[in-house]
Amino acid sequence: MIKTLAKHIGRYKWASVLTPVFTSLEVVMEVLIPYVTALLIDRGINASHMQNIYTYGAIMIGMALLSLCFGIIAGRMASYASSGFAANLRNAMYRNIQRFAFSDIDKYSTSGLVTRLTTDVTNLQNAFQQILRVTVRAPFRMVSSIAMCFLIDDRLSLIFVVALLILSVVLFVIIRKVSVIFSKVFKQYDALNGAVQENVVGMRVVKAFVREEFEKEKFGRAAYLLYKLNVKAESLMALNHPVMNLVTYGCIIALSWWGAHFVVGGTLTTGELTSLFTYVMSILMSLMMLSMIFVMLTRSAASGQRVAEVINEQPDIVNPANPKTSIASGDVEFQNVSFAYREGSGDYALSDVSLKISSGETIGIIGGTGSGKSSVVSLVSRLYDTSKGSVLVGGEDVRNYDLTALRNSVAVVLQKNTLFSGTILDNLRWGNPDATPEQCRQACEIACAHEFIIEMPQGYDTQIEQGGTNVSGGQRQRLCIARALLKNPQVLVLDDSTSACDTSTDARIQRAFREQLPGVTKLIIAQRISSVRDCDRIVVMDSGKVVGYDTHENLLQSNEIYKEICAIQTSEGGDFDFNRKKNSAAKPAEEKGGGQK
Amino acid sequence: MTRLLRYVLSNYRFSFVAVAVCIAVTACTTLASNLFIRTLIDDYIVPLTKVDNPEYDSLAKTLLVLGLILTFGAACSYAYNRIMINVSQGTMLRLRRDMFGHMQSLPIRYFDTHSHGEIMSAYTNDVDTLRQMISQSLPQALNSVITIVATLCSMIVMSPWLTMVSLCLAGVMAFSTTKLGRVSRRHFVQQQKDLATLNGYIEEMVSGQKVVKVFCHEEKAVEDFERLNENLRGSAHNANRVANIVMPVNGNLGNLGYVLLAVVGAAISIGGYAELSLGTLIAFLTLNKSFTQPISQVSQQINSIITAAAGAERIFNILDEPSETDNGKVTLVNADVQADGSLAEVEHRTGVWAWKRAETDGDPILTKVEGGVDFNMVDFSYDGVRLVLEDIVLKAMPEQKIAFVGGTGAGKTTITNLINRFYDIQDGKVLYDGISINDISKPHLRRSLGMVLQETHLFTGTVLDNIRYGRLDATDEECIAAAQLVNAHDFIRRLSDGYNTMLSGDGGNLSQGERQLLAIARAAVADPPVLILDEATSSIDTRTEVIVQRGMDSLMKGRTTFVIAHRLSTVRNADCIIVLEKGHVIERGSHDELLALGGKYYHLFTGDGL
Repeated sequence: MIKTLAKHIGRYKWASVLTPVFTSLEVVMEVLIPYVTALLIDRGINASHMQNIYTYGAIMIGMALLSLCFGIIAGRMASYASSGFAANLRNAMYRNIQRFAFSDIDKYSTSGLVTRLTTDVTNLQNAFQQILRVTVRAPFRMVSSIAMCFLIDDRLSLIFVVALLILSVVLFVIIRKVSVIFSKVFKQYDALNGAVQENVVGMRVVKAFVREEFEKEKFGRAAYLLYKLNVKAESLMALNHPVMNLVTYGCIIALSWWGAHFVVGGTLTTGELTSLFTYVMSILMSLMMLSMIFVMLTRSAASGQRVAEVINEQPDIVNPANPKTSIASGDVEFQNVSFAYREGSGDYALSDVSLKISSGETIGIIGGTGSGKSSVVSLVSRLYDTSKGSVLVGGEDVRNYDLTALRNSVAVVLQKNTLFSGTILDNLRWGNPDATPEQCRQACEIACAHEFIIEMPQGYDTQIEQGGTNVSGGQRQRLCIARALLKNPQVLVLDDSTSACDTSTDARIQRAFREQLPGVTKLIIAQRISSVRDCDRIVVMDSGKVVGYDTHENLLQSNEIYKEICAIQTSEGGDFDFNRKKNSAAKPAEEKGGGQK
Repeated sequence: MTRLLRYVLSNYRFSFVAVAVCIAVTACTTLASNLFIRTLIDDYIVPLTKVDNPEYDSLAKTLLVLGLILTFGAACSYAYNRIMINVSQGTMLRLRRDMFGHMQSLPIRYFDTHSHGEIMSAYTNDVDTLRQMISQSLPQALNSVITIVATLCSMIVMSPWLTMVSLCLAGVMAFSTTKLGRVSRRHFVQQQKDLATLNGYIEEMVSGQKVVKVFCHEEKAVEDFERLNENLRGSAHNANRVANIVMPVNGNLGNLGYVLLAVVGAAISIGGYAELSLGTLIAFLTLNKSFTQPISQVSQQINSIITAAAGAERIFNILDEPSETDNGKVTLVNADVQADGSLAEVEHRTGVWAWKRAETDGDPILTKVEGGVDFNMVDFSYDGVRLVLEDIVLKAMPEQKIAFVGGTGAGKTTITNLINRFYDIQDGKVLYDGISINDISKPHLRRSLGMVLQETHLFTGTVLDNIRYGRLDATDEECIAAAQLVNAHDFIRRLSDGYNTMLSGDGGNLSQGERQLLAIARAAVADPPVLILDEATSSIDTRTEVIVQRGMDSLMKGRTTFVIAHRLSTVRNADCIIVLEKGHVIERGSHDELLALGGKYYHLFTGDGL
């Protein structure tokens, strides 16, 4: 983990190295100042020597100014290095996320990735800054203070050494115990937040079943457990204070006793004794800082782990060594393909699928949820890799193509469509950044999107909100189809992409495909028989297997499952839903109040 | 801010007094240890050096006394830290419980208008900043103030002249710190802004990551990201840069002050302008340090106090949200039919329910729960401006099945949400067995209605726990019976631990259909007189669909049922079909009647485009 993270310090390496250097210089000054103070007291004040006071005063001022400069430089560098380090981490993560294959994306949740990119990185940034500023400073200050003490009087310094030993042992024991409890605290925190999240999301269920009191009790128990753990951890931590205090006071008393003897005995000056008092404080403060840093580091270690995990994630799909960049034709072929979403789980979403589709054909795919329809089409543009067998596009295994070239030729309209904030034109140009307005209009006409776009006040310049919330489901689907068409693909895959469009629009889109895109291979997944009836051939899927591959008429004759689906849809279990048939009536108020999102 | 303090104090008044006393004692003992150096030098070392045979007895005694005082100080320091833990953690516990408890009482409307992230953030970020403030900033600020005052007093006693010099220095320090603080806050605000922008960008792009991939948009996505990332880096650097120099500036101002005091002090002492002993000067120099340190500490706490205040405001906003109002007096009770046909209230479940209306004089009136629901000219609006439902009139007889059909925005879900009073109607009346639903106590009203929502929500716990959610006192056998009734038994038995299988993450390890079956079983175990079903639109595979359908059917038997229908079979055997459009009932009747009508329903059914 540390190795991974450290790699990303990158061009902020110099600042990262120089920060401790300047901090050390600052510390040197800080440590020397009490020494000069001692001289000022002994040779100036005690000797009533004004000249000496001026001399040492000037030296002290010079040192303070130097220390100030070093401090400011170190502070700037620390912030430069740490903010740069954080930016690098975010960048590295984000870049790697862009390399993620679909299977990798499935593994992380969106909110999880967002937290890692923001909160976790901020934690690390703070930790890194503290490391640069304090981890060097505290031990260095401690060591040099001790050195100074020995320089002044080695007999008295032994007091510090003893104190230090006692303190280190106690702090070490406390920290060890506390970190065990803290890890429990974090777990309980997650559990508590999980409970709140669950409650907020399922609020309608809670209210419908009048379970408010039950939920309160459940939450109260979890919160109380967290309270208990926290009190336990912090009580242990609080032991730091009296231990520190007692040791410090012990030092002061011991120092006073023997110090007095030595001064009286003439082996120590008053000034030196004062400096020793200062040093004892600074040593103990450093130790306190160290223990605080340690606790903070244990806290940020979890964040570090989570960040490193994303950075180190090896994408499941990478470009081949010598990729082919041109796709010969829109032929698609499946050769004995088996596929599992989780490698080696044996949980096959597809088993032994073989299909041959020629350029320009329109193929419908139908079957129940979980029958493998989406899996079939996601293999064509190599969103996932097959477990067994191979998928060929244009007569070549998809694994031999350059990913960009392949995906530009095989346009996929995903089931879960997303539009991005920006104008309609911006969104369309995702398909082709150089598309002219004319080309965009053509694509929209084929996708039956032009008709509603021109009715919007700003037409193609209408601003789409994040997630495309200001257009209806059917409109969103049609825009997504247009966006895919702009790629000028050789294979077009529609994964249940007209489900929110009414039947007549659906039919018009299909007609436009036939007439205007005769050379493009079209794979159309649908729930409704009516959407696939006119396809050249229809693939019927059931439990990951192809159980039929023929025309509508022939399937009606020979295929039991197809017959059953037809029967259900036309008689009893079919969709009877205005939502699917009529999309233009979408009202935001209903979505707000009615959708249990 | 004051409200927060009041909130904290209300439960821990005594603790706070104890903490204040302990902090004062601690500050004084620290001061004593600082002052001791003067006593040591002036009263012991200097006189002792002047005699030939030094006598250390009295020093030993003084040190012993000092030791005792300091030990007492250390004990006080531990005591206040320990009490503060109870106070801060206890307050956190109370705050969390209050927030959660209050949240349970908020109307559904609140959850419509606030994002989950927003609500969650109050529980995590805001409560956490409060913890930091209460447990760290508050005692530290208190400590600093006491130290400053105590030190200042002893400084004045020692040497008023030097104190003036010291005060000037403190002024410079306070000035520079607040100045830097202001600059740094400005940068911090900018940093938060940039962070929010980046956050939004990440959220949008990552949730659409699959689209980014199929469009090979990765390069462009990185490009935009880098720009925003660089902005954030810049502002983060600025913010920290300023914050980082506060410490060296203050520390070295302290050093400069030290020199200045030493020079001035020495000048006074040597020049004999005022009475100033060597020990006093040295002690004063030490005191000056403990005087300036807390000043910069206090100024550093200001930042964290400001953040905490903002957090507290968000928390109190939640606590101030008005709860659901409930003026209903009518309650739901178990009842038994007497020999003479009248009803009597009983404790145990009988399968018969009654509405109980308490009369001010005389016995309460019991009305049998039949499940008849009437809508009488009901208007409803979410925002108080645009009507979502208008002039809705409908009548559901007991044990009837009413199906709602219509497009998105037609108002189907809204109607069902009015029956259970998730929302309150604007105008008109909804009668339940002849009683206005506004007169029925909300918990009792909802208990009489079984809900199966379109989107299933399950809770962390076992399968059995999730079914029992419908009725907490249901025995295991009753839960299993409910599961059997709705066809959920078979799949549950096949799970790794059967009914004891742990579900987590909203039942993520179950399929859509299985989750829905559990939701139906949950409603079944509640065994309510009236059902509200919202059929799932997300398609589940054909076989499960049939099983779910049968589960729903067996649940509907003998109950008044409102169903938002998406399937032909459901609609077809409904007693009454209500066709909604834009908040109006446009057609109503049985399947055959509506077909004969040849209107909108007919077009839908025959699949003609509209």
